[in-house]
Amino acid sequence: MVSANTTELGYNSKIEGEVIVSRADAVINWIRTNSVWPMPMGLACCAIELMQVGNGRFDISRFGAEVMRFSPRQADCMIVAGTVTYKMAAQVRRIYDQMMSPKWVIAMGACASSGGMYRSYATLQGVDRIIPVDVYISGCPPRPEAILDALIKLQGKIKTERSASNLFKQA
Amino acid sequence: MTAPAAAKTALKEKFPQVIDRPSADHDAVNVPMGDVVAALKYLRDEHAFDLLMDLTAIDWAEGASPRFTVVYHLFSSVNLGYIRVATDCASNDEPTAPSVVDLWPAANWHERECYDLLGVKFIAHPDLRRILMWDGYPYHPLRKDFPLAGIEVPLPDDEISAATGVAAIAVPMMGGPFVASPGEMNLTEAEPRAKDESWSDRAARPDQTALKQLKS
Repeated sequence: MVSANTTELGYNSKIEGEVIVSRADAVINWIRTNSVWPMPMGLACCAIELMQVGNGRFDISRFGAEVMRFSPRQADCMIVAGTVTYKMAAQVRRIYDQMMSPKWVIAMGACASSGGMYRSYATLQGVDRIIPVDVYISGCPPRPEAILDALIKLQGKIKTERSASNLFKQA
Repeated sequence: MTAPAAAKTALKEKFPQVIDRPSADHDAVNVPMGDVVAALKYLRDEHAFDLLMDLTAIDWAEGASPRFTVVYHLFSSVNLGYIRVATDCASNDEPTAPSVVDLWPAANWHERECYDLLGVKFIAHPDLRRILMWDGYPYHPLRKDFPLAGIEVPLPDDEISAATGVAAIAVPMMGGPFVASPGEMNLTEAEPRAKDESWSDRAARPDQTALKQLKS
């Protein structure tokens, strides 16, 4: 909770009491926005670039998304980093299905977005053919800044969701 | 005389049916399919070709006979030289070759890849399954009669296939093939891209439009 020595700018418990009035959407979205736990679906060279956002130079933890979870059941956002072959497509979809709702997908790089340079009998032509994608990142591979930008864009999207009513909506 | 050249001469003396193969780099020989395992064993044991660097096959296109040629690249870590051994498959439809996994365990995956992509069956291979494409894939994609874009087939997983309604499609080519330009060009221009932008998925290729008009 709020500490005792709050300034006038902050929340003043002496005046307002220990109650905050807000909208459920705002609270839920605020929590979700700042604790996106990514599932690194690293499939090719994009995964190497994805690793860089975790280090001190780019530091994805500034945005609350540093907790890479290799178990889909603990993750919120699948980052598809790399070329999705048809042989791997079923596994990607299966892992997506195992993630808890609410869940989001970032298609990272040209291959995951569209098949990229692999116009080939072996490559899925865009991961959006099998799972819904929220943010696409261009680049081959994208710079780590682009991944941070995608995360910020995704956070912007999460902030606008009607989370409270979605909680009671039938799937 | 270099060690591989000496090995080649000795090989030709021991196996009279072995003939020289035209080659721009290393010494190369053509060996009849019946002799190939014995010849490779001879090269390994008597001439110290202890490394199987590569094992692949060539498809000389539909209608050619022989259509398939299996190629072995051997390296001697003792004499530091390469030799290439090629052998034609008897059948043009169901090509087979003897497995050399017993000579070099490294041949295992090479033969599986060769079977997967070109359809050459290796007799007595311990585990001849596809290695790159999924089990049950109906084609051999590196054959010359397989189109570059591929052929539509269902996804490998029935459950996912039913859930998504997605198949492994013949890919849109959109002015392809997509190749990088070598040379001194700047990197942006050298990126792989459609070189022939006169056609796309929406606008047919000019020469094929002409063909369609001729047919109709």
